[in-house]
Amino acid sequence: MSWIDIAAVDDIPERGARVVKTPVGCIALFRTGAEEVFAASNSCAHKGGPLADGIVHGQKVTCPLHNWVFDLNTGQAVGEDARIATYPVRIEAGRVLLDGMAVDDRSAA
Amino acid sequence: MKQKLVIIGAGMSSGRLIETLVDTNPDAFDITLFNAEPRGNYNRLMLSPVLSGEKTYEEIVTHDDAFYATHGVTCRFGEKVTEIDRAAKVVTGENGPVRYDKLVIGTGSEPVIIPLPGHDLEGVIAYRDLEDTQRMMAMGEGRRVVVIGGGLLGLEAAAGMAARGAAVTVVHLMGHLMERQLDEAAGYLLKKSLEGKGITVRLSANSKEIVGENGRVKALRLDDGTELPCDLLVMAVGIRPNIALGKAAGLAVGRGIHVDDQMVTSDPDILSIGECVEHRDAIFGLVAPLYEQAKVAAQTLLGREAAFVQKSLSTKLKVTGCDLFSAGDFADGEGREDIVFRDPSRGVYKRLVIEGDRLIGVVMYGDTSDGSWFFGLIRDGTSIDDMRETLIFGPAFQGGTQLDPLSAVAVLPSEAEICGCNGVCKGTIVEAIAAGATDLGAVRARTKASASCGTCTGLVEQLMQVTLGDDFQMPTAQPICGCCDLTHEDVRRLIKTKELKSQPAVWQELGWKTVNGCHVCRPAVNFYLLADWPLDYVDDPQSRFVNERKHANIQKDGTFSVVPRMWGGITTADELRAIADAADKYNVPTVKVTGGQRIDLLGVKGEDLPYIWADLNRAGLVSGHAYSKGLRTVKTCVGTDHCRFGTQDSTGLGIKLEQALWGSWTPHKVKLAVSGCPRNCAEATCKDVGIVCVDSGYQVGVGGAAGMDVKETERLLDVTTEGEAIAVTIAFVQLYRENAKYLDRPYKWLAKVGLDWVRDHIMDANERQRLIDAFELSQSIYRKDPWAEHAARPRAYTHLADLTLEAAE
Repeated sequence: MSWIDIAAVDDIPERGARVVKTPVGCIALFRTGAEEVFAASNSCAHKGGPLADGIVHGQKVTCPLHNWVFDLNTGQAVGEDARIATYPVRIEAGRVLLDGMAVDDRSAA
Repeated sequence: MKQKLVIIGAGMSSGRLIETLVDTNPDAFDITLFNAEPRGNYNRLMLSPVLSGEKTYEEIVTHDDAFYATHGVTCRFGEKVTEIDRAAKVVTGENGPVRYDKLVIGTGSEPVIIPLPGHDLEGVIAYRDLEDTQRMMAMGEGRRVVVIGGGLLGLEAAAGMAARGAAVTVVHLMGHLMERQLDEAAGYLLKKSLEGKGITVRLSANSKEIVGENGRVKALRLDDGTELPCDLLVMAVGIRPNIALGKAAGLAVGRGIHVDDQMVTSDPDILSIGECVEHRDAIFGLVAPLYEQAKVAAQTLLGREAAFVQKSLSTKLKVTGCDLFSAGDFADGEGREDIVFRDPSRGVYKRLVIEGDRLIGVVMYGDTSDGSWFFGLIRDGTSIDDMRETLIFGPAFQGGTQLDPLSAVAVLPSEAEICGCNGVCKGTIVEAIAAGATDLGAVRARTKASASCGTCTGLVEQLMQVTLGDDFQMPTAQPICGCCDLTHEDVRRLIKTKELKSQPAVWQELGWKTVNGCHVCRPAVNFYLLADWPLDYVDDPQSRFVNERKHANIQKDGTFSVVPRMWGGITTADELRAIADAADKYNVPTVKVTGGQRIDLLGVKGEDLPYIWADLNRAGLVSGHAYSKGLRTVKTCVGTDHCRFGTQDSTGLGIKLEQALWGSWTPHKVKLAVSGCPRNCAEATCKDVGIVCVDSGYQVGVGGAAGMDVKETERLLDVTTEGEAIAVTIAFVQLYRENAKYLDRPYKWLAKVGLDWVRDHIMDANERQRLIDAFELSQSIYRKDPWAEHAARPRAYTHLADLTLEAAE
C-alpha cells in the first residue's frame, strides 16, 4: 500500500461526501461519522448516478437518481444483485489517506 | 554502587514508576525527581471532584513528603529543567545541574491554547493543574464563566463550576458534545442533562476574539457577533504531548517522544513514559496504559525483560452526574453493523457495534451498568452469535425466557397511570374499551388517553390488545420508514408537543432504530424541524435531496439546470442579456422557456454552478428555487396594465405574493397563479393557490393540481382588497407548512383535513394573524438568495483532489 494524503477530514461534511478524480475514475469519499470515512466508486451500478450527491445515512449511501442504496463497507447494493468498487482509506491525524496502489490503473489491472 | 536515576515530571506515570522501583529493588537507584509544579505526585484524574467540592486536594495526593523521605528520593519541586546534556549525562535545573546514569522523561502534556486575540489576558486559563483548579473553585454564585471546548475536560470544568453556583456557558466548535467519544444521539442526551444543571451549551459556535478591559477578560466574542460576558474563561480544547525538552536534547520525536516497546527513546540511557510519548504511532491520554508504561519502564531500568503492548480500552467517562460509557472501536472499521436501543422516557441510549460474530464497540448513555460486561466481550473476542437477538439487553437477559410486552401490560394494576399528560389510569381505559371504544380514536375521544403528546399510544394499543383479544386489529398506519414506528403525523405532533429541536433529539426521544435515519426520513424530519423551530433549528444540507443541497436540478447525465427567478413572470432586456451571456459563457446546450413563465438553462456542469450564479447575481437575478420543496413560481397575466378585460392588477399582486413567499420551504412544491379576470389566462384554477380577480375583488382558490392528478381549485374565500388576498394566501401556506405530511401537495393534505377545517383557521382573525406572524418569523431566516451564499464558496462544488494529474507526470 502507498497512502496518499487527499485532504483534511473536515473538508468532507459529516454525513456527506466529496469526489476525488483518479486514474480508475471518480471515487467518492463518504464521511459517515466524525472520524469515519469510506471510499467507493462515485458511479451508481444502476444508471451511473453520482453517489457523492446522495444522502449518506449510517454506513450507507442512497443514489440521488433512483434511490438505490449501497452498503459502503462492501459496495453491495441493498436488495439488488450489483455492487460498486470500494477502496482502502484511512484517517490519520485528521487527514484522509487513500491507497495509491488501489487507484492506479496500471496496478489495478 | 547505586546508579543515579533522574526523573523529570511528577505526574501519575512517574509516581507509579517510583513505586514499582522501590518495591522491587529499593537499593538499585539514587532517585532525583524534578517537577515544575511546586508539589509531588497527585492524582490528576481527581481534580474534577476537587473542583466540584466532592474531595479536597489532600485526599488526592498519591505520594506525600514522608514517602519521598522514606525512599530517599531527592525532590526538586517547583524547579523547571532547562537543559539535558546527553554527552555529559547531565540534567540542568533552574537551581543547578545533576548527573545521571539513567534518565526518565515524564513531562506529560500541555494544554492547547488557541491563539485567539486576547488569549493572554488575565482570567484566561487552561484546565491542567491544581492552580487552574483553584482559580475555578473561586467561581461561585453570581460569577460568569465561559468554557471553550465541549470535550471531557471542558465539561468536567463546566459541571464543577456550575455545582459551585457559577453561571457557565460551554462553547463548542462541533455539532455535538464529545464528538470523539460519543455519537450524535449520546451527545444530545449529554447536552440535555447538562442543560438540566443550568449550564448553557452553544454548539457549532466559532470563537473569534476574547474581549478584555484593563488587561482582564471581559467577554468571549463569537464569529456571529454574539458576546458572552465572563469573569473567567477556561480553554479546554485539548492537550498535546509536551516534547520540548526531549526535542531540544535531540531525541527522535514525532507527535510525542519516540519510544520502543521497552519505553527506551533513541538514546539508550534515556526512557520516556506518560502522555509525552509516542509508541507505534499512538499517543496516550488515559491512565491505564500510562501505568502499564511505568511498570515496563521500571523493569527495563532494573535490567529485566518487559514489553509494553497497546490494548483495547474502555472509558467510563464521568462528567459529574452524567452516566457515560464507551469502549472499543465504534468509529472505524469495515463490515460492521449497529444494534441501537433507545428508551426515551428514561433517557437511555445504547449502541453496539458488531463485526462478524464479534462485538467491537459500545457507546452507552444513561444506563451503563452493563458496560464492563460488554467490554469483556470486546476484549475477549467472544462470539456473540447465540445471543445476538438479546445482546443489547445485557447479561441479565442471556439464557432467560423471552419477555412478552403484553404480559407486562396485563399485570399492571388497574390504578397504574398510562397517560401522564391527561392523568388516565389503566382502569379508566379498560372501562372505556368494555363500553365499546374499540379503536384508538374512540379511546382517545372518551378518555383523552394518548390524545396529547402521544408517547403512550403504544401502551394504549397493547391494553386494547389485552382487553379485546383477537377482536382487536392493530392499526396499520404506515410509519415514515423502517427507522421508526411512527407516522409522519405522529412525528410532526411530537416535535411540537415535546419541543424537539434537533435531529438527534427526534431520533432519541421518538425511538429511532437506526443511528441517523435514512434517505426517506431525514429530509422529512429536517423539514418538520425547520418549519416548527425556524430560530432554533439550523437547516441540515446533508439531510436534503441533492437538488436542494446544490440549489439546482440534477439531470440524468449528472449535469444541472439553472432557473433564475422572474418575479410574476416579468423580465427586462438587461436580464435577458445576462441570461444569454451566461448561456454562451458556460456552453449551455439547452435554453428552454418553462411553464412557470421563466427560462431554464439546462446542462450546466456541477463545478460551474457557483460561477454562473455569481454572473447572474451581478445582473440582479436570484435563484428561482425551481429545485425546491418550496415556493416555485407565481404565474400571472398582464391584468389591468395592458389587457382590455382585466379587472385588477394581477401582475402586481403576483409580484407582491412572490416577494412575500420566496425562499420559504414547504412540505412539497407550491405553485401560485393570479389571473386578472375569469377568462383565467394564468390558469390559476389548477394551482396550489390560484387567485382569480373579479370586479368586486379576489377569489382565492386552493388545492388545485395539474400533475399526476388533475384537479380544479376549491374556493377558500372571496376577499375585497389586495392586502387581504395576500394575507389569506400567506396564512394558508403557513397552515400547510405547519400541518401537512412531507411530500403531500396541498390538494392531498386538504383531502385529509377537509377544506372546512382550513377555512375555520383562516377565518379566525387571531389564528390568521398568528399564522402570518409565524410565517414572517420563518422568512426572517429563509427569505434570502441561496445562490449568493453558495457562489461565495465554489470549492464545495468541485472535486476534492485530482490524482490523474500526478499519475500523468
